[in-house]
Amino acid sequence: MLVRLRVDGEWREADAWEGSSLLSMLRDDLGLTGSKNACEEGECGSCTVWLDGVLACSCLVLAAQAHDRDVGTIDGLAGDEGDLHPVQRAFLDSGAVQCGFCTPGLVVAVTDLLERDPDPSELATREALSGNLCRCTGYVKILDAVRLARRRLGEP
Amino acid sequence: MSDMETFVDRPRGGIGESISRPDGEPKVRGAFAYGSDLWADGALWARTVRSPHAHARILSVDIGPALAIPGVHAVLVSDDVPGERLYGLEFPDQPVLADDVVRYVGEPVVVVAGDHPETARRAADAVRVTYEPLEAITDMEQATAPGAPELHPWGNVLRHIHIEHGDPGADADVWVEGYYETGMQDQAALGPEAGLAVPADDGGVDLYVTTQWLHADRRQIAPCLGLPEELVRVHLAGVGGAFGSREDLHLHIHACMLARHTGRPVKMVYDRAESFLGHVHRHPARIWLRHGAARDGRLVVVRARLLIDGGAYASSSTAVIANASTFAAGPYAVPNAAIDGTAVSTNNPPCGAMRGFGAPQVCFGHEAQMDRLADALGIDPIELRLRNVLRPGSVMPTGQVLRSSAPVEELVRRCAAIPEPPPRSAAPDVLELPGGAGNVAGPDTLRRGVGFAIGYKNFAYSEGFDDSAEARVTLSAGPEGPLAEIRTAAVEVGQGLLTVLTQIARTELGVGEVRFAPHDTTRIGSAGSSSASRQTMMAGGAVHAACVAVRGELLARARAALGLPAGADVEVVDGRILLEGVPLGDIATLLEPPVSATEVYRHRQVEGFDELGQGDVHVAFAFAAERAVVEVDEELGLVRVLQIAAVQDVGHALNPAGVTGQIEGGTAQGVGFALMEELVLEGGAIRNGSFTDYLIPTILDMPAMVSEVIEDPEPGVAYGAKGVGEPSTIVAPAAVAAAVRAATGRRLNRIPIRPDDIVGLREPLPWREPPEVPDVVFQTPLPAIWLAERPGAEPAQPHRLGE
Repeated sequence: MLVRLRVDGEWREADAWEGSSLLSMLRDDLGLTGSKNACEEGECGSCTVWLDGVLACSCLVLAAQAHDRDVGTIDGLAGDEGDLHPVQRAFLDSGAVQCGFCTPGLVVAVTDLLERDPDPSELATREALSGNLCRCTGYVKILDAVRLARRRLGEP
Repeated sequence: MSDMETFVDRPRGGIGESISRPDGEPKVRGAFAYGSDLWADGALWARTVRSPHAHARILSVDIGPALAIPGVHAVLVSDDVPGERLYGLEFPDQPVLADDVVRYVGEPVVVVAGDHPETARRAADAVRVTYEPLEAITDMEQATAPGAPELHPWGNVLRHIHIEHGDPGADADVWVEGYYETGMQDQAALGPEAGLAVPADDGGVDLYVTTQWLHADRRQIAPCLGLPEELVRVHLAGVGGAFGSREDLHLHIHACMLARHTGRPVKMVYDRAESFLGHVHRHPARIWLRHGAARDGRLVVVRARLLIDGGAYASSSTAVIANASTFAAGPYAVPNAAIDGTAVSTNNPPCGAMRGFGAPQVCFGHEAQMDRLADALGIDPIELRLRNVLRPGSVMPTGQVLRSSAPVEELVRRCAAIPEPPPRSAAPDVLELPGGAGNVAGPDTLRRGVGFAIGYKNFAYSEGFDDSAEARVTLSAGPEGPLAEIRTAAVEVGQGLLTVLTQIARTELGVGEVRFAPHDTTRIGSAGSSSASRQTMMAGGAVHAACVAVRGELLARARAALGLPAGADVEVVDGRILLEGVPLGDIATLLEPPVSATEVYRHRQVEGFDELGQGDVHVAFAFAAERAVVEVDEELGLVRVLQIAAVQDVGHALNPAGVTGQIEGGTAQGVGFALMEELVLEGGAIRNGSFTDYLIPTILDMPAMVSEVIEDPEPGVAYGAKGVGEPSTIVAPAAVAAAVRAATGRRLNRIPIRPDDIVGLREPLPWREPPEVPDVVFQTPLPAIWLAERPGAEPAQPHRLGE
């Protein structure tokens, strides 16, 4: 089944298995392994991507459903020169990364949050990230990272 | 090292700084290669067929329908195992693939490889196995009941620890008697079990795998493949969290068998449901405690009976029960004690290592007892603890004299002094209330409670195990200045080990650029496991020693080049040679050939238990105190944790942000254990093996945290740094449970606490007499005795006990 989609600004296509999820297509057919597979049922958020600009768990989207659509992933978040996105930088600087398996999904979710709401309250932040499980950090430093990214993005 | 060689300045990014992790940038980019991200051209995908029965005889296995599926390259059964059929972390008791009998739901029976994940899945579904169900032991107290089926040649008892100290029959003024239970917790690391096995031209195999101890994996894999160890090369794949779940082998041997059978690389990744079946869990525990105290609050005697469910195979159960037993009385000076702990085998899923390793279970019990004792004596619970805490020089129930730094009193005082959160606002957001977005709690039905707990944990291996770690450090003239390369088999699982090792090398060598050679079994000796809070001490100790040796050689070269006498005051700072503080030149000129040193670190020798459970069994200890503030909706049985205050004894915080990260993350796992995390079994089968049904704390569940550390250096350890990974996980469940008790006035003697417990739909577990002590040899693991005594016995594998 030939599926064509625009990933991180570039049109890509692959002969995906009919039952393939968008996540499997990204990882196994296109070699974009930044999005992670930890639960395959939309509970952990490790596979979070943008689908036509809206956050989605790519494990719950069939590859076929993404045909002809626009997908944004962690693999395309850094700048053209490879410089880190401010949210990626904030995760590093805040010690919000331990094993890092949840990090790609969380970075995407935080980036999306701060694009929609440049100054979220702590409670709004917690609500926005409640679909992203982290087993290592206890979330304290992830909240620190959101505050740091918010501050840096707010600076002129 | 002479004082003359001491470095005056620390380079940037040395110990004591919160530098960011060397693996951090690839991780935030999504470019870090976890086990599940690996790929090789022509690789096949593998899948496991697992037992649906808790205990059954295998009557037949029909692989024909699976082999007939196009794209299927291999379907392997027990008879295809090329070498030894059994493996195990401490004893070889677990079949690579079940042969005649399966002993738990989820036990591997057949493995398949196909050209696509779906092909492999269909092939696994097409395998036909017929079973004759056998009587299963699904409750730990059944294991030693008369007439129970015997699951292993040595019976159903894995180990019984008996500790007798002082006069266990001593009388006391006040007695408190309690029964406690803890459930089966899962590590739930987000990264699944994953590996890529690649067959090699020399007849061997290269395995890239998620693990905690590369060399222990190789020791178990090689005999089962019928290969010498040097032909089994185990390489570290990126690890997405571990928490004990990767100490035992998972897909290692299966992937290697399939790769060698097909001559193709084989990729294997467990999905979440299989992950719950494919690794060990935290032992469920039953705990009977009798505490006797004098009127002034001093503990006189503790009598404890512990029972833990090891499940179907031994894993590290024999070490977990030793740990649980030694910590059963808590971090208190108790002159008289009798502690009996038994690990049994059942047909439940195997249990083994999980963060805390037996200590969280007993901490839940002993801290509940201390609160009840405080109540019975009319003494403030904090004050009661202060009157009894261990201090340097205290004697523990094992007779071991506490030689660690032990700022327990300060921990308690500091933690109790952290301000509690103010009363909540009159109009709280629903998300702040118990039940959260469920919108079920009204502010009027809420009660606040405060709970306190202290606990402790050994770090590094105990009971005399020859515990070592090797590291090589090479200093060369890199293109951008001097470059230190560290080679170690120590595993980064997310805890921050590579960060700490980088900081040590910078501090000791005075250079900024530190890199790591690949982590594998071929070019360096074992570093031991990334467990037991041991790698900062062990791998850190080895890197420290290697750096000191490299520095010595470098300074000798400097003196020789300058024609200086051996005692000349030469230093290296920021890559420059200094003579009596005056720069003489760049060290690059001295680094051809590069300076290299390999060192093995061993901690102080400890010993095993004697027949009364006495002995200097643990190397060193780290302590923690936590206070939980909760709000409970008594009508609906829902809990919101408002704040955790944590103070931990860390010796020396080599990376302060990394240390608080461990405290916070460990606390989250403890909060989960107290309130939501339990694998629910039915007839031995896990009923909630998914992230939909096995709940771990989300960012909405976790409270504000205040984390503080006490730095009281540990004698005899590099920089005085203690292991920091486990203590918070030990005390958090006890503190949260105490807070819910305080809010509700209910006994709550089982964790995780469920809504039913809070609203009174489920009564507290009643006191009953503990089961009889089994009639077995005490202290020695029973599988070890059996292995040593069987006809034609080969030397048993080295035991790794008392983690």
